[in-house]
Amino acid sequence: MSKDKILITISGLDKVGIVAAISNTLAQLDVNIEDIKQTIMQDHFVMMMLCDITNSKNSFKTIKEELIKSGENIGMEVWVQRKEIFDKMHTI
Amino acid sequence: MADFNEKDIIETIQMIKVHHLDIRTTTLALSLRDCISEDIKVTGDKIYNKIIKYAKNLKKYADDLENEFSIPIINKRIAITPISLIGESAKNPDYVYLAQVLDKAANEVGVDFIGGYSALVEKGCTKGDEIFLESIPEALAKTSKLCSSVNLATSKAGINMKGVLKVADIIKKSAELTADKDGLGAAKFVCFCNSVSDNPFMAGAYCGINEPECALNIGVSGPGVVRWAIENMPKDAPLGEVANIIKKTAFKITTTGELIGRELAQRLNIPFGVIDLSLAPTPAQGDSVAGIFQAMGLEQAGAHGTTAALAMLNDAVKKGGIMASSYVGGLSGAFIPVSEDAGMIEAAKQGVLTIDKLEAMTSVCSVGLDMIAIPGDTPTTTIAGMIADEMAIGMINKKTTAVRVIPVPNKKEGEWVKFGGLLGEAPIMSMSKLDSSNFVNRSGRIPAPIHSLNN
Repeated sequence: MSKDKILITISGLDKVGIVAAISNTLAQLDVNIEDIKQTIMQDHFVMMMLCDITNSKNSFKTIKEELIKSGENIGMEVWVQRKEIFDKMHTI
Repeated sequence: MADFNEKDIIETIQMIKVHHLDIRTTTLALSLRDCISEDIKVTGDKIYNKIIKYAKNLKKYADDLENEFSIPIINKRIAITPISLIGESAKNPDYVYLAQVLDKAANEVGVDFIGGYSALVEKGCTKGDEIFLESIPEALAKTSKLCSSVNLATSKAGINMKGVLKVADIIKKSAELTADKDGLGAAKFVCFCNSVSDNPFMAGAYCGINEPECALNIGVSGPGVVRWAIENMPKDAPLGEVANIIKKTAFKITTTGELIGRELAQRLNIPFGVIDLSLAPTPAQGDSVAGIFQAMGLEQAGAHGTTAALAMLNDAVKKGGIMASSYVGGLSGAFIPVSEDAGMIEAAKQGVLTIDKLEAMTSVCSVGLDMIAIPGDTPTTTIAGMIADEMAIGMINKKTTAVRVIPVPNKKEGEWVKFGGLLGEAPIMSMSKLDSSNFVNRSGRIPAPIHSLNN
């Protein structure tokens, strides 16, 4: 279900342990990572993760709150959005 | 395997986070035709119960979607059947009572505004309409979320000049009754030529009598995003290319709005109505239609060339939106309110943007003279003249035009007024000192124009 695909965008100053912290939270929430891409933008580290929440027992809201919290712990900004918004906006 | 493009993701987040892309409003249009009764209390009860039934989850579901897509949904609103029609069968048509019922229901379901305290009188008034019009200033003074509108003209009926004079009086009284808030009552009232029955934007939203039982209409915005897109182009890019980038941006904004609108309609279990793609500015820095003119190469809003820039902008927005959704409706285009747009406020403050220039711009923008503060002692007949001019532009050009002006009590030209929130702030602008009274006092109706010999 496209409804169950979410995109997590993590941005901030590059440091050790970003992937580990976020991946760890996702594992605890039973969220499956399907793809990861990362880039540097204006000296900022930006990582995008495509995930599937179908098998997670947690609600979207909980998943989002936990990820934002875990981002805050390492000083990173985290955006969690359903993937559909990007598909709709950028494809004809 | 689902795929994603990093550039697209970053662009979307920048559009929302930096350039103020938002869903300006999710407006539930609700017919109240089945609430008519001979007893105004019964009518009121029916209206209240129906609004609660349909709108009780509007705010919660909209908040959920805002969270899921990380896109701000600024306002949740309700638009109802013009209330003049619903109240007039009552033996005791106490419209102010209905206004208070509507306001109470709006507060109960937690929406930001409720529109449809309205009448359609382009050809003249019924007895009920006359009673209704008298009630508007008091209704606006006694409520907080209620918005009111009156349609005074159409391209097919002409301009109801008796109504124009009456509405000018309503505007004055609405401002005077809310003098302690700088005439805020008048900011919640708008009069129209060719009003639109599925418009989700206030103060003019109502659910037309030709509309279904209910529908969810969406208003998206994003002047900041359009400005950003133009600023990213070479400064000497030809205007055809500028128009193209506006279309592409409008497309992206519209698809996003439609996604949210369809989801919300589904959750509320009501039909999706239309998406209104209007570039509605806010007083926030960067979220300005005037800023788009500057990005196009004009020194400021008000410069010669502003009308041409606005014409191209308005048209390109519609073209991009039409491509993105089959159900584009409402007002769709570019709004040019003064007090709600940081760039317009600055231009008006410096005296480079005048009401005359704004009037010219309304011949090509999506609506009309909007959120303009004028001196409190402006004669009613002068306001009526201003309304008549604006109605004429709409009638002849077969477009929607509107007037929302605030004659700020006890304040004079050059003084400052603050309405707060989305309504913003503005300097009080200069009006013509010439007398229009003999013309507007003639009353009657300006006949509908000929629809051939177009030149």
